[in-house]
Amino acid sequence: MNYISHTGKYFMMLSQIFKKPQKGNVFWAQIMREIDELGLKSLGIIMFISFFIGGVIALQTALNLESPFIPKSLIGFAAKRSVILEFAPTFCSIILAGKVGSYITSSIGTMRVTEQIDALEVMGINSLNHLVLPKIIATVFFYPFLILLAMFLGIFGGWTAGVLSGLFSGIDYITGLQTDFNPFLITYATIKTLVFAFLIATVPSYHGYYVDGGSIEVGKASTKSVVWTIIIIVIANYFLTQMLLT
Amino acid sequence: MIEVKDLHKGFGEVKVLKGISADFEPGKTSLIIGQSGSGKTVFLKNLIGLHMPDKGSIIFNDRNSTEFSTQQRREWRKEIGMVFQGSALFDSQTVEENVMFPLKMFQNDPEDVMLDRVNVVLKRVNLENSNQKFPAELSGGMQKRVAIARAIVMNPKYLFCDEPNSGLDPNTAILIDNLIQEITHEYNITTVINTHDMNSVMEIGEKIVFLKDGLKAWEGTSKEIFRTDNESVVNFVYSSKLYKKVRSAYLNEN
Repeated sequence: MNYISHTGKYFMMLSQIFKKPQKGNVFWAQIMREIDELGLKSLGIIMFISFFIGGVIALQTALNLESPFIPKSLIGFAAKRSVILEFAPTFCSIILAGKVGSYITSSIGTMRVTEQIDALEVMGINSLNHLVLPKIIATVFFYPFLILLAMFLGIFGGWTAGVLSGLFSGIDYITGLQTDFNPFLITYATIKTLVFAFLIATVPSYHGYYVDGGSIEVGKASTKSVVWTIIIIVIANYFLTQMLLT
Repeated sequence: MIEVKDLHKGFGEVKVLKGISADFEPGKTSLIIGQSGSGKTVFLKNLIGLHMPDKGSIIFNDRNSTEFSTQQRREWRKEIGMVFQGSALFDSQTVEENVMFPLKMFQNDPEDVMLDRVNVVLKRVNLENSNQKFPAELSGGMQKRVAIARAIVMNPKYLFCDEPNSGLDPNTAILIDNLIQEITHEYNITTVINTHDMNSVMEIGEKIVFLKDGLKAWEGTSKEIFRTDNESVVNFVYSSKLYKKVRSAYLNEN
């Protein structure tokens, strides 16, 4: 029953968010600030993790290929598939849910408990529209680029690992990358990213906006929001995969 | 002028306001006092539209705020200034940005015109050299002054303050009280202040409404509160030895 009530409240919140912004120039400035906070400041961690995880995927695949009948190009093929299909869109979104989700919940939650949201409402400003819509726009527009970068760096990390370790050659790896390349996989990953970006902006906002109490409650809400965002991303991933690839 | 008529508000089974009626006049500082849990905050939140009453009406110059459409409510809110208990300044914005925020949201004036207005109100609250500071860099009293500046920057007709001097030292509390009263007289604003502070009651209470258990138990002025024999008011206002002595001295002198 509680879950149904939260789901209803979440959709009620969405109906308040998608309204015409009060003032165009203020709204634009908010979007730019959110792109910086939620996007640009996540570049470093995504680039770092993508590069090394791509390397590990390639090394693990190479180390598990014992049969001489299996071509070495399979390593590049497997790394490409793993990175594009799951690692970049899903794993990176989970990382972003942790990093950005906790930030969103704690910043909006703090505004709630310090009456800053009440101040916006008293001024006649739709606080949900003012605070959450720029976050949604920032994540939905920026994260696909972030994920495309993660794909590139993951695949590049695999190539670097192979060349440095000597487990496979760069030529084999690139041959694997070019084998059976299906551009729809990029579309599939982008569609997933758009959905996950929306969830990363809205689920933590919901937890922050409706927090009640003080700093401890804000901390608890942050933890809860990260857990729930990850759970919802994983569930959405399952359904999107079934809808788009089967 | 604000006329509150038979205001009721409850949360589930708990009835917080049980039929309060009161008038608040322009150019006067009106104080709402009462013990914790008496319904002061809920009363104020109904006045500013953060809660909708279950029954009753709140008339702002012949307009019943409980019957406003969304658009009317939005327009009406531009006439309101609010000073929150914890100041509620936007901590990611500087003093100047905080005060300019309502102007940016509701006016189309050029930036320099808005900045002039911001500087006028900051000067009015004696905060002339703090434009680029962030709220975290200010003392509690300075934050309250920024909150007052933000509340009056749109020339409101109505000013609401929730415990404006809580957490302040006695000197700063008096400064804030006097500032609110001066602004009220200067701009002929209808000011309603929610307070626990007995100094405020005696210094700036041009009208005092005492709430008890969700009902209006007494109303009068700061002079009348010295003479009242209403037991609830006397027990609340003169609970400390100091205030008992102040009251005795006042009654002996007058």
